[in-house]
Amino acid sequence: MRTDDLIKALDADARSKAMPLRSAWRMAAGAAAVIAAVVFLLTIGPRPDIAAAMHTVRFLSKFVFTIVLAASAFALIRSLSTPGASTGRAATWMIAAPLLVAVAVVLELFAVPSTDWGRRLVGTNMVICLTFIPLIGIGPLAVFLAVLRYGAPTRPVLAGAVAGLLAGGLSATFYAAHCFDDSPLFVATWYTIAIVILAALGALGGRLFVRW
Amino acid sequence: MTGKNEAELSRLLRAAIAGDERAYADFLHRTAALVRGLARRKIVQGGIDPEDVVQETLLAIHVKRHTWRDEAPVLPWIYAIARFKLIDAFRRRGRRVEIEIDEIAETFAEPEAETVSDRDISRVLDSLPPAQRSVVSAVSVEGRSIGETATRFGISETAVRVSLHRGLAAIARRFGRE
Repeated sequence: MRTDDLIKALDADARSKAMPLRSAWRMAAGAAAVIAAVVFLLTIGPRPDIAAAMHTVRFLSKFVFTIVLAASAFALIRSLSTPGASTGRAATWMIAAPLLVAVAVVLELFAVPSTDWGRRLVGTNMVICLTFIPLIGIGPLAVFLAVLRYGAPTRPVLAGAVAGLLAGGLSATFYAAHCFDDSPLFVATWYTIAIVILAALGALGGRLFVRW
Repeated sequence: MTGKNEAELSRLLRAAIAGDERAYADFLHRTAALVRGLARRKIVQGGIDPEDVVQETLLAIHVKRHTWRDEAPVLPWIYAIARFKLIDAFRRRGRRVEIEIDEIAETFAEPEAETVSDRDISRVLDSLPPAQRSVVSAVSVEGRSIGETATRFGISETAVRVSLHRGLAAIARRFGRE
């Protein structure tokens, strides 16, 4: 087939319409949040003393970390799924969440005696954290990988990993409302591992499913 | 040259997405010429036919045109897709290449005309289900309109459009993986 002939066929198909990618991302974000909320509420749910916890800085700081991670990953994945879009600024913002966690860890080390560090780091919910952050995040990750497939990421593995970070940030935001371990030492360790698991799954998904 | 291309191509694609078929044909012909220039410069050894890369890029542009944000420049979008498909073509032949965007922008300017030979796309076309294959062939190789194709096969225009759309999507998906 000659290229001119191919162009005739493409031109005849010009009227077929597809939803703009950015609308697809907005819808995906909404759908993923609903999926995560439903799984969260049906499984672990919020902690009973959440109203009192709202008045503590450590509890609230967890949401700052996870929401900043989700927001920066959302901005980055939208440019990664658009060919030719610049990703530099969005990529730089990815430093924000780890930086905030690092600052909180330093403050925590000053705030509590060193004899307490180990107990706060290990906490009581390590297994639940490592189970439920990936579990709540897996549905959203599948949604985000589907949108990546719909888009056109020129770096599918990287885009998949960022989809995992986005799913992780979203999932951890819900999980944080359940968990009693509010110390930044706990968050920096176990949340990070759980979110990295999702990022690794996302990278694998990007490699296997996001071909175009 | 680049500035003029940019303004003209983005105007054409914007019109095409709004439903102007003539603008779309014009856009695709110009884009094909640009991608051809790039592919011929980048493919110096044998084994890869630049025209296959041109066709694969056009198909990708077609099935992914919803990823272009109409206020964004169109040339970087076209370059990025062409580069992705070019690297993909090299990778399939077991070669590694590094192509910088800047380098592409430089060498991307001169439009070139097609040379004719046997195409990968014909093999992919042959692998389609018969209904899709005959509709895609009628509209492309035989140059028939949607209406003529509908009459010829005794099906509705809508059915022709659906088969064409699915056939093209399948070709874009299978290109280079058969």
